[in-house]
Amino acid sequence: MAKFLMLARSDARAWDGISAEEGQRIVKQYIDWSSRMREAGRLAASNKLKDGDGRVLAANGSGVEVKDGPYSETKEVVGGYWLLEAADFDEAVKLAKDSPHLRFGTLEIRAIEEM
Amino acid sequence: MEPGTHRGRAAGQPDEPPAAAPPAPPEPPELPAPPEPPALPEPPGPSAPPAPPAGGVGALVDHLFRHSAGQMVATLTRILGPRNLSLAEEVVQDALVRAIETWPHRGVPENPRAWLMQVARNRALDCLRREASHARKAGELAADPMHAPVPPGPVAPADLLDPLDPAAPAADDSLVMILMCCHPALAREAQVALTLKTVGGFSVDEIARAFLLRSATVAQRLVRAKRLLRERRIAFALPARGLGTRIDSALETIYLLFNEGYAATAGDDLVRSDLCGEAVRLASILAEHPATARPEVHALLALMLFQASRLPARCDAESALVLLADQDRRLWDRALIGRALGHLERSAGGERATAYHLEAGIAACHAMAPSYAETDWAQILAYYDDRLALAPSPVIVLNRAVALSMVEGPRAGIAALAEVAEDTRLRDYYLLPATLADLWLRCGERQAAAVYYRRALELSCSEPERRFLLRRLAACEPCS
Repeated sequence: MAKFLMLARSDARAWDGISAEEGQRIVKQYIDWSSRMREAGRLAASNKLKDGDGRVLAANGSGVEVKDGPYSETKEVVGGYWLLEAADFDEAVKLAKDSPHLRFGTLEIRAIEEM
Repeated sequence: MEPGTHRGRAAGQPDEPPAAAPPAPPEPPELPAPPEPPALPEPPGPSAPPAPPAGGVGALVDHLFRHSAGQMVATLTRILGPRNLSLAEEVVQDALVRAIETWPHRGVPENPRAWLMQVARNRALDCLRREASHARKAGELAADPMHAPVPPGPVAPADLLDPLDPAAPAADDSLVMILMCCHPALAREAQVALTLKTVGGFSVDEIARAFLLRSATVAQRLVRAKRLLRERRIAFALPARGLGTRIDSALETIYLLFNEGYAATAGDDLVRSDLCGEAVRLASILAEHPATARPEVHALLALMLFQASRLPARCDAESALVLLADQDRRLWDRALIGRALGHLERSAGGERATAYHLEAGIAACHAMAPSYAETDWAQILAYYDDRLALAPSPVIVLNRAVALSMVEGPRAGIAALAEVAEDTRLRDYYLLPATLADLWLRCGERQAAAVYYRRALELSCSEPERRFLLRRLAACEPCS
């Protein structure tokens, strides 16, 4: 089994004006999906990233410049991730295709480099 | 990790009673447990051990978000005051969005209601602190004679520090909120919209769908209603005077809500059938509180529960309406009938028999009858006579005619309907021609029946009702 990082991007405004009932439906879809992944032994970790609390570091001539960001106002910011276990890339993509997140944003899958 | 440590608990015990909840109120099922320090909701620290906590820790019970939203808005409105109702709604919405973003990754927290409340509370505190700092700056500006004084608007955030005060069960807040939403200064439609939005946790779009209105219309009604509450400085408290009137008004609102849902239960939109459940929930809140548990409250609750018990039989596999006469009575919900009978009993205490009492009595006759033919129609007819004496209404005349036809035959029913045939209030009411059609059919007059079924089809009704009428019409015209 190889590990794949699945980065979830979505528009910060995706939930504007959403109804309580619809919100609950969405949460349920995600939880159903991750339960399926976990039961199949495919989910290693999952976290949401804090909104608007990032730092971007870059070396400039004399030292390191630290900037706040990226801001969640930015479209398509990474909001969270799931760490999947899959036999190969094809399987990882197959698992990701079922994720309800695709209704609300995009997913980027990257293979973790094994030693 | 979110509030509390949910890790030690095995998944799949969602129905465990809330042992820690202080003086157990009848509703809601779980009073949020005392908040766990430290402050929520940020999961502290680096994501600890590899084993992911998510999934099935807390329970995502039906309508959890909607019902929690209603309770939270009520509680926050008590703390912040009705003039901050919009702020309460805003922070509750924020809390829901927060859950939508976090729970997919971390799972449902062990006590989801407490989690949501804590997030909303923190958000409200943030807003108030910001407002207080603005007010300070506004004060400085006001000291400058060049600027007009700014009306101060801070709320002491101290009250917010313990919104989960067990001394004030959430159900009490919902009750006060219902009565506030049914303030006589508000028009009926505004009362309904405001109750659904603030106590029910329905969105503007959902209310619009339920009442076949434009969202903008609903939004406007809500804005006006809230402005009125602000301007009149309506307090968040059980009204000291005129509680009875306020309860009457709340019951009317609740019954309207129920009927709107009931008429469309078989309809194509789930939101509308949710209205029945919401109406029962609201009436239960009134029925369980000593200040409002009046006989007529129990009577209305009994009436709605009787009606609701028949919902499973009211529609067939092809989504066509099934009349009471043709319903499979085994499908009726016996548990609801049991609850209804309990409330009917508790409704007997008063001096006056209200319309709700009489209609609940009629519904009880149906619920207890083994079949349509074996129903106690004479008793039902007597209830309808009393009901008409109480407050005449063409719809009651119509229903009474059906009962009369079961006692004295269909022609007696048709004769009784002559009285309302020209009533303009029934001009667009499809049930008048549909009832006449049915009575003519029972007389063996197919042609007359067909005429009335066609007339009924020209009027507006729900899709299942339409399918039913078309089927009946076809049965009247076997050759065409």
